[in-house]
Amino acid sequence: MQIKKLFLIAIKDLRLIFRDPSALVLMLLAPFVLTIGMGALTGRFSGGTGSGISNIPVILVNEDQGLLGDVLVEVFQSPELVELVAPELMDDLQRAKALVDADQSTAVIYIPEGFTDSIIPSAETSEQAVVRILFYANPTQPTSAGVVRSILDQFINRVELGNVSGQVIVQQLIENGLISPAQAGQVGQEISQEIAQMETSRSSITIQSTVSEGEGIEFDILAYMAPGMAIMFLMFTVTYGGRSLLVENYHGTLPRLLVAPTIPAYVLGGKAFGIFLTAVAQMAILIGGTSLMFRLEWGDTLGVILLILTAAFAATGWGLFFAAILKTPGQVAVTGSAVMLLFGILGGSFFDLSMLPDWIQVVNKITPNAWAVDGFRILSFGGGLDDILTNILALVIMGIVLFVVASFWMQKSGLARK
Amino acid sequence: MAPILEVHNLVKKYGDLVAVKGISFDVMEGEIFSLLGPNGAGKTTTISILSTLFSPTAGDASVDGHSVTSEPMAVKRLIGVVPQEIALYEELTALENLNFWGQMYGLSGKALAKRVDEVLEQIGLKNRAKERIKTYSGGMKRRVNIGVGLLHKPKLLFMDEPTVGIDPQSRRAILESVKELNDSGMTILYTTHYMEEAQELSDRVGIIDYGELIALGTQPELTSKVGETDTLILHLGENEDPSFLADELRVMEGVLQANPTDHQVAIVTPSAEELLAPVVSRTNELGIHIYSVDMREPNLEAVFLQLTGRALRD
Repeated sequence: MQIKKLFLIAIKDLRLIFRDPSALVLMLLAPFVLTIGMGALTGRFSGGTGSGISNIPVILVNEDQGLLGDVLVEVFQSPELVELVAPELMDDLQRAKALVDADQSTAVIYIPEGFTDSIIPSAETSEQAVVRILFYANPTQPTSAGVVRSILDQFINRVELGNVSGQVIVQQLIENGLISPAQAGQVGQEISQEIAQMETSRSSITIQSTVSEGEGIEFDILAYMAPGMAIMFLMFTVTYGGRSLLVENYHGTLPRLLVAPTIPAYVLGGKAFGIFLTAVAQMAILIGGTSLMFRLEWGDTLGVILLILTAAFAATGWGLFFAAILKTPGQVAVTGSAVMLLFGILGGSFFDLSMLPDWIQVVNKITPNAWAVDGFRILSFGGGLDDILTNILALVIMGIVLFVVASFWMQKSGLARK
Repeated sequence: MAPILEVHNLVKKYGDLVAVKGISFDVMEGEIFSLLGPNGAGKTTTISILSTLFSPTAGDASVDGHSVTSEPMAVKRLIGVVPQEIALYEELTALENLNFWGQMYGLSGKALAKRVDEVLEQIGLKNRAKERIKTYSGGMKRRVNIGVGLLHKPKLLFMDEPTVGIDPQSRRAILESVKELNDSGMTILYTTHYMEEAQELSDRVGIIDYGELIALGTQPELTSKVGETDTLILHLGENEDPSFLADELRVMEGVLQANPTDHQVAIVTPSAEELLAPVVSRTNELGIHIYSVDMREPNLEAVFLQLTGRALRD
């Protein structure tokens, strides 16, 4: 009976939000308008199939003497990307950087010597030295730089996948006595090269790997930006929900709930579930709406559903946390707006995070935006459920920690406050 | 009559502030008991503790034998609460509000529908039940606010200043409904800072000030505390000094007390009628302009005035 009250409180909150025009405007209309704006900006409504972003100038400096450096260059020169990027090969890294600094190019990708060996060690170089690809981006072209970065990330993910696969196969072969440990290096190299070539020769290096009937899916700027907008406005929704807890206290409905024969934990649970339901509804409407209106491909359905649920859960934790530590609805509203923007910036809702300093990319892990946006982009670029398990786990842990902290805080200060 | 509510040495502190200072009283089954006191006296805090919303710092209370501190769920099932604020969801209709709150009190199905219908009839809003609360007048909202407290037919109803901020007609309707509820057998603990309401409704009154219960009893018992004294209230012009006039009048024969407040002086006297002429004359001599004069026979206001030296609405 008590658990039924929890659901009744949650449904009541959902109903209240959907009757509040101002909340609806900010939760549903604003992200839609922004998405439509982006669609118009990027040519989604011009009748063309392109993203509106094309011929992104990118400079490739390849000092690698191995297979993978060449493959990466080939990826950028591939027919699938011919309209999207305009790659230029160069030998001088400093000159290439200068062109980016002068706003004449979007980014430089520098493939250092030994890159291939660092991934697929040869018999001569049995130890894997760490060799990093340098990505040097133009901060004034965040969207285009983000596109280039995402192509690079896709390539690296595929190569790493091939490398790990090779190691696992060799390990299994040794354990089953099919090869001797002495043969491991040679066999591993051959397998890794096979897998790398197999991976890179497929359309997997193009933006989308999920291809139906051989029809290539082009890069979609909305698929890149829409998750960021959706998660940013999700933060607004949950702070609005957290604020409702204090508003109810102020208007006397929360004390009234607490003097009814209902266990206080169920009242808090009902409020939290209401915020969660609202957040899920908002995400579902936005994702469903953009899918229908713009034919936006969000990717693996199960992955999208799990990400919606976990992102809403983590964001709900933040909403409750603000409601617990702040004292008035006004404080939550102001803090919520500021946090919405801050988390949006930190979490990659506006531009590609790889252009920000490393420490920001560590700090932003406290935001649901970073994990969720990353997850949605992985899915929209062809990733599967396995690729976002870390994101889902991080969001679940974030939600649990925040819920526990908020509950403890509210218990300490009293759910209804004088 | 047996007590349905027993309050023992109830204390509530917020840091250094002591909001309720060890009050004790009983409410008998079937009576209307009023807690009368000015704003900030501790009435709402007391009701909040008795309704299990806040824990007392010390002391305890029991409803029908169930402790508010150790058996809150049992207490919650027995009581109804009508809070001072309109604790309703403005975006929902009256019907939706009553349905929601009824479910919070454990009603469901046909029993809920029947009870909601009865309450809508009782508060006279059946015809407008499907309109959102935000479209209602203040008086209509108050009636729904009371209706929510009645849904589960509580044995003891707490009503915390239910007439604040409404028009005289709605106020009259609410007072009549309180009497009807009591006639139907419901015990009511009513808080107010309106002396007239306490006088009209109550079987017994507790006068509370600064968190202390300073007087308790039936109305005749309380008014007998001030003896056969009357109260003469002089309303002064805005520029006059009530303290100066009170000091001057205090030395006059027949003046037992002269208490200055905002733009008025309250004089306690054995006979207001006899004192009126000399007081007006002396005030004129002092060059002080009297705006109007009230003469009051012994009542709860006078009791409060005598016990605290202040008018009830200070």
